Amino acid sequence: MSMIQPRIAAAGYISLLLIMLVVLLSSSWWAGHNASQMQFDARLMPPSTSHWLGTDALGRELWSRTLAGLRLSFWVGLSAALLGTLIALTLATLATLSTTLDALVSLLIDTLLSVPHLILLLLLAFALGGGTQAVIIAVALTHWPSLARILRAELFSLRHAPYVAISQALGKSRRFILVHHLLPHLIPQCIVGALLLFPHAILHEAALTFLGVGLDPTQPAIGVLLADAMRYLTGGFWWLGVFPGLGLLLMVLSIDRLAVQLRRAL
Amino acid sequence: MALDVRLINRLASRLIRLALVLLCVAIVTFGLVMLSPIDPVDAYLGPQMAQVSPEQRALIAERWGFDASPAVQFGHWLNQLLSGELGWSHIYNQPVSEVISQRFQRSFILLSSAWLMSLLVGFALGVIAGAKEGSLLDRLISGYAYVTASTPAFWLGMLAVLLFSVYLGWAPTCCAGPVGILNQDVSMLTRLHHLVLPMMTLALLGIATITLHTRARMIALMNSDIALHAFAQGASRSDIAWRHGLRHASLPALTLAFASLGELFGGSILIEQVFAYPGLGQATVEAGLRSDVPLLLGIALFTALFVSVGNLIADSLYPLIDPRMAQEQP
Repeated sequence: MSMIQPRIAAAGYISLLLIMLVVLLSSSWWAGHNASQMQFDARLMPPSTSHWLGTDALGRELWSRTLAGLRLSFWVGLSAALLGTLIALTLATLATLSTTLDALVSLLIDTLLSVPHLILLLLLAFALGGGTQAVIIAVALTHWPSLARILRAELFSLRHAPYVAISQALGKSRRFILVHHLLPHLIPQCIVGALLLFPHAILHEAALTFLGVGLDPTQPAIGVLLADAMRYLTGGFWWLGVFPGLGLLLMVLSIDRLAVQLRRAL
Repeated sequence: MALDVRLINRLASRLIRLALVLLCVAIVTFGLVMLSPIDPVDAYLGPQMAQVSPEQRALIAERWGFDASPAVQFGHWLNQLLSGELGWSHIYNQPVSEVISQRFQRSFILLSSAWLMSLLVGFALGVIAGAKEGSLLDRLISGYAYVTASTPAFWLGMLAVLLFSVYLGWAPTCCAGPVGILNQDVSMLTRLHHLVLPMMTLALLGIATITLHTRARMIALMNSDIALHAFAQGASRSDIAWRHGLRHASLPALTLAFASLGELFGGSILIEQVFAYPGLGQATVEAGLRSDVPLLLGIALFTALFVSVGNLIADSLYPLIDPRMAQEQP
């Protein structure tokens, strides 16, 4: 019972996420309006049957802009999470090779964890000059340390497992043991790790973009939409601020729940 | 006596580690700044860039040392750093150390009040939720914690402005005091009035972590032999929760609160931006947007120190929670 329940829940979350994904990724065909199409006779319209989530100051449909923003968040977040996982796996493997490398990797992890993420992100965005690619790299570079720590611990405990010792006694090379015994064991850890990084990556991308150092302000990213909404907040144009954030929250929440359920099921 | 020596050794090795990490932070941040495609002379000149001749640019570069190799520049900067000089912030036209200390004083009120509130409220909610696992109250509290853990901090701030400032008119929309009044003329009450909303928003985000952690501890306690023994003596669940749980889970919660100072500070950058609160977080964003390199480096080092000291406190609290940890690590 207790073993099966999390798996059913995980399957539920996966199907929910898949449905969301299909809706999100296909929305550019059926959402009707283009995310950057302006209608000057319909500026700052509140939500109604003809404008589902209302329109912004240039008469652009908030509904199609929010969907476009979520699509962007999804791809940027996914790329950053995958890149971050790759960095974590590489450095964790490097750490097992020698004690010097291990000390260096640990020092790098401690260093990166001691600076608040957002400050490091600001510095990285400054160093890389902004833009989509820079954001993906910056988010990946700030998010690998916690996963690397877990993978490193896992690799170190596996090194003393009986089957590794037998393989060693049979004269297999270190590379063979790494590729055939150690890395396959880490695959589930990596999948869950990437999934756990994913929502963080999305939130940090949105935060960077909101502050004005992330994605390009001409793109309909959620951070751009919310930064725009800030300017109209005191005028009472609530829909500009509420809906894009709510969309982001729902996406992040469902990915996060899926990751947690998956970790429990594995 | 032997214990004292061990304690001193531990403390010394921690401090050496702290110094090493700070040196690495300095190297990494300086290296990042050197990577930047933004020309430091352009950043310094700003809009007057076009009025300056190449000869003058070379003079400026020489005056500020931009023409030297990165290694020489780093050595120079580190040398200054060790003598307590952080450099000059060109956007505030003040020494970096002064900008940081002035701004941090304002942020400190915000950070410390939010920290204290998230610790106390988070702990209380965690104990209540964990005492009766699966109850309606537990589901409500954990649901709330899951949702806030996935909420973008700045969006929560925007919702707070919208609801409490724009529609209800209970709190001001921005800043640390009324616009147009000198800082020293603002009364304590007005200051608090401006602080409440950013503080609550920042605390709301920190509560989730503490709550979930405390809840897990309480559930473990309720399934332990301690609880079984207490039940046998006729204690109720809430008796156990408040009598044993308080001691069992309070120190871990405090430790976690110290260990998550980095997240708190990251949150404050966004919250200060939304509420236009003139603290260190806002200065960080300004420094990043307007390429004030010395200020950005100074803030990175300062926050690294701040977070590391928090981690150091958290690390030294662990052996108090679990004496086995003190014996394991010599």
